[in-house]
Amino acid sequence: MEILFQQIVSGLATGGIYGSVALALVMIYQATDVVNYAQGEMAMFSTYLAWSMMNAGVPYWAAFFGTLVVSFVGGLLIERIVIRPVEGKPVLTIVIVCIGLLVIFNSVAGWIYSYIQKPFPSPFPPRPIMLGTVVFGAHDVGAIVVTLIVLAFLYAFFRYTTLGLAMRAAAQNPASSRLCGIRVGWMLAIGWGLAAMVGAVAGMMVAPIVFLDPNMMAGILIYAFASATLGGFTSPGGAVIGGLIVGVIENIVGTYVSFIGTELKLTVALAVILVVLVFKPSGLFGRPAVHRV
Amino acid sequence: MSARVRLGLLLVLLAIAVALPLFVSNFRLFQFTQVATYAIALLGLNMLTGYNGQISLGHGAFYALGAYTAAIMIDKWNVPYALTLPVAGLLCLVAGFLFGIPALRLEGLYLALATFALALAVPQILKYFEDWTGGSQGIVLSKPKPPWGLAITPDQWLYFFTLAVMLVLFFLARNLLAGRTGRAIVAIRDNPTAAQAMGINTPLYKSLTFGVSAGYTGVAGALSALTIAFVAPDTFNVFLSITFLVGIVIGGLASISGAILGGFFIQFVPNWAQDISKAAPWAIYGVFLILTMYVMPFGIAGTARLLMARRLRRAGTARAG
Repeated sequence: MEILFQQIVSGLATGGIYGSVALALVMIYQATDVVNYAQGEMAMFSTYLAWSMMNAGVPYWAAFFGTLVVSFVGGLLIERIVIRPVEGKPVLTIVIVCIGLLVIFNSVAGWIYSYIQKPFPSPFPPRPIMLGTVVFGAHDVGAIVVTLIVLAFLYAFFRYTTLGLAMRAAAQNPASSRLCGIRVGWMLAIGWGLAAMVGAVAGMMVAPIVFLDPNMMAGILIYAFASATLGGFTSPGGAVIGGLIVGVIENIVGTYVSFIGTELKLTVALAVILVVLVFKPSGLFGRPAVHRV
Repeated sequence: MSARVRLGLLLVLLAIAVALPLFVSNFRLFQFTQVATYAIALLGLNMLTGYNGQISLGHGAFYALGAYTAAIMIDKWNVPYALTLPVAGLLCLVAGFLFGIPALRLEGLYLALATFALALAVPQILKYFEDWTGGSQGIVLSKPKPPWGLAITPDQWLYFFTLAVMLVLFFLARNLLAGRTGRAIVAIRDNPTAAQAMGINTPLYKSLTFGVSAGYTGVAGALSALTIAFVAPDTFNVFLSITFLVGIVIGGLASISGAILGGFFIQFVPNWAQDISKAAPWAIYGVFLILTMYVMPFGIAGTARLLMARRLRRAGTARAG
């Protein structure tokens, strides 16, 4: 029973990270109907930026917020410069452009920072937290708290600010929003900026666990996809809950199903994606897609 | 282009391809064998993505399945190498058909996502079945010898062998796509609802296209195992699947000749990119990919066709005027 609790707790911790990457994916999908395949690599790149700042002697939290600002601007510029020309083009075109971004980020990161793994500091004390006999890693708890803060922040932003309302309007009905005087193009760009920021948070939370290297997000991206699919691509809250569920499933299956162990963990994510897409394509909390013929 | 000019051009290209071994080194020839192998895989992917409109980011998985089928048959059971091709093709056809059934429910982005997950999971799955696949060590094969006492090198023999397989498969694909079936496949891409209303069995055609596409890619995978004489899990990573997508996009979506052009591109351009920048060949690849989408969304083959049509039209108006 203790082992089970332990697995659930560490599952929730990694799940929080999957959830935040999934959240970034869902935000872009909702605002622009684009699934950003480069999301993971963008987060990885942001994390390297944070690493550079810390290496130059900037204290952790200054580097953290500095990275968020740079990531926001970076995401904004990518939408304006790279994604804008293919807006409204067929899905294949957009997928290919995102894949192009993915390989560019991956390759440039490897070029600048090399493919050698780097340790990345955690802002939380290394001392574990005991609750009865169950051990919580301080970083795990910290990562969950950070994810929840990000979610609360985004919820408040979209729910209570004029800008958030304008962004939701632009995503839901671009034509009418334009008539109301909303700059729809800029709303999409801000959406990309915010998603890049959320991705950066996820990257900085996961890097102390998996170490920093240009390929660190590949595995996490597939879990994030699984989380977003499970929660529903149209539901930001669902993405985070999906992430937590996937994290727990991954840990429990890895521990208790002997033929899966750690070697087939990615295959678990694949199975989750396929099962959800076949039996409930809109996910647990999503709206089913409706097409006009 | 009239039919006669086209046939003439085809014969000239074929003559060049057959005469090629006389002029180039064994290493270059090995590269051209790779081009032919890639062309088969790309044609398979192009059927699915270009013609049928189902996006696959995971065709590397079928390439891997084909390669491992060939390698295991030769390594464990001493099966003659030529026999491994149809088996690899059939196995991938069935696997593709089965994967195509859940894929029926997925459109556009979601299908891309599911296949992307497949591509990411492949190396792990291959390493897991260690008894069969040799784990991360892979399987080492020996290059097939030329038969009937032919006085040519193994590389030359493999080149001719691959070229012959490619020609047969391209001929079959052309016939499939030019006829009634091909029109049904394209109709599903352009308007699934209308296609169904016209009486096309959309689910069957879609999953069959998935199967045939995977089968082509599987044969290509088996050929690559023969040519390289080595298979290892990490060569079938997600970047292989992305490479295939790059190939069909740059060669030309929904174009048969585009598959060959794409084969040349993915074989030779990475080397050139490496010359431009040792560190970041993939960055150059990515830039190519994005720029192609901006300036020539139908790839090299599509752009060539467009320019040709424009010239013909201009010639036509000049004559009329």
